[in-house]
Amino acid sequence: MAKQEHTTGSMRVQRGLAEMLKGGVIMDVVTPAQAKIAEDAGAVAVMALERVPADIRRDGGVARMSDPEMIEGIKAAVSIPVMAKARIGHFVEAQVLEALGVDFIDESEVLTPADEAHHIDKLKFTVPFVCGATNLGEALRRISEGAALIRSKGEAGTGNIVEAVRHLRSIIGDIRKITQADSAELFDWAKKLNAPLPLVQEIAETGWLQVPLFCAGGIATPADAALAMQLGAESVFVGSGIFKSDDPAPRAKAIVEATTHFRDAHIIAKVSRKLGAPMTGIAMDEINQRYAERGW
Amino acid sequence: MLERLGAPTREVRLPHDLEECDALVMPGGESTTMSKLLETSQLFDPIAKRIADGMPIFGTCAGMILLARDVLDGRDDQRSFDAIDIDVQRNAYGRQVDSFETDIVLQGHADLLHAVFIRAPRIVRMGSGVTALAEHQDSPVLVRSTNVMAASFHPELTDDDRVHRMFLDLVTTAHEK
Repeated sequence: MAKQEHTTGSMRVQRGLAEMLKGGVIMDVVTPAQAKIAEDAGAVAVMALERVPADIRRDGGVARMSDPEMIEGIKAAVSIPVMAKARIGHFVEAQVLEALGVDFIDESEVLTPADEAHHIDKLKFTVPFVCGATNLGEALRRISEGAALIRSKGEAGTGNIVEAVRHLRSIIGDIRKITQADSAELFDWAKKLNAPLPLVQEIAETGWLQVPLFCAGGIATPADAALAMQLGAESVFVGSGIFKSDDPAPRAKAIVEATTHFRDAHIIAKVSRKLGAPMTGIAMDEINQRYAERGW
Repeated sequence: MLERLGAPTREVRLPHDLEECDALVMPGGESTTMSKLLETSQLFDPIAKRIADGMPIFGTCAGMILLARDVLDGRDDQRSFDAIDIDVQRNAYGRQVDSFETDIVLQGHADLLHAVFIRAPRIVRMGSGVTALAEHQDSPVLVRSTNVMAASFHPELTDDDRVHRMFLDLVTTAHEK
């Protein structure tokens, strides 16, 4: 067998970083100072952006990729991986983020979509991508486009975990059913999910997605994070939940501990004490724009 | 992988988990996060004591950083176990876009070993009691001392079980003593 020389950007290398982030918390930050707080609290990575989802929701207008200067400031402030968001389908924003040397790109429904039919062809990139999904079909379409990590979408900027739970249950529930299906039924599953058959067959065989599955959208408390983990998420993204709360540093630390010890109710009880008020949050019937519906 | 090779495994999240273990693997991840969680879970001191008593331990990537004597480019408050006489530099091969996979020569084996390096640390100094078992770009990437093994890359991300076998051999030897 010929010796394989130094190869960058392969699927294995991209998914490898996603594997290394398992069991951890990825926090949205808008300044280098917040990035330091996140790293100090034990975050495994930070998401650099100009406004957290709760503010995007409040301000309205078009939400775009962040200023490169701001992303670079955050990269300089911490040693953990730095992620940044590009608009759905905006492959030039993704090219810019790759040129900046970010460690992961989130092709995110929280920003205003740039393309109403196509997602970014992620197979063309060296940098790994994370994409949101509300169901298994959406997750598999993103994986077929080259996503190295899937996160359940939830409803960002609400501080309300209900949508994240719905999406996680839907994705993991269908995975469970597929592992029980016979080979003939898998064709129907591929049709129903609108997903490539080989990926469906692979799930039937391995019992899990091809890439790690994390949870995002609405996590505001240590118990929320542990709930996502017990439902089967392998890590959590916390957006507005930390820096929109009264006292971000202790809450960040508590969410990290609750994620690590997600099956241990005594530890979750201990770290949930005296954290001050969480972000206020919004019920689903109070919002007029569902970000989770963006993506195709 | 270790289970496949006949070695029962369990997760260690709290001090009492450690009591049931004869050997420990410190996997990849973020060394800053792991270092903090070792403190908050009150695992640092018990593990340090077990290592001093000769418990075999294998660290990959971030796990290797935690086992090193000195860490370059680490955080000031980051603690390492000083379990093996090497100095390592964090993220020395670059950011994620520079992460790579490649074939390397494994000492004592004719077949090449496929190795995956993710934001990997580089071993920049190695003491006299430490043996290099594989090298890449003139740096050792797999090393061992009496009861400690450490790798810059991730043997857990490939199907080749030779590195895990090396560790189990080290565990067997340590327990025969």
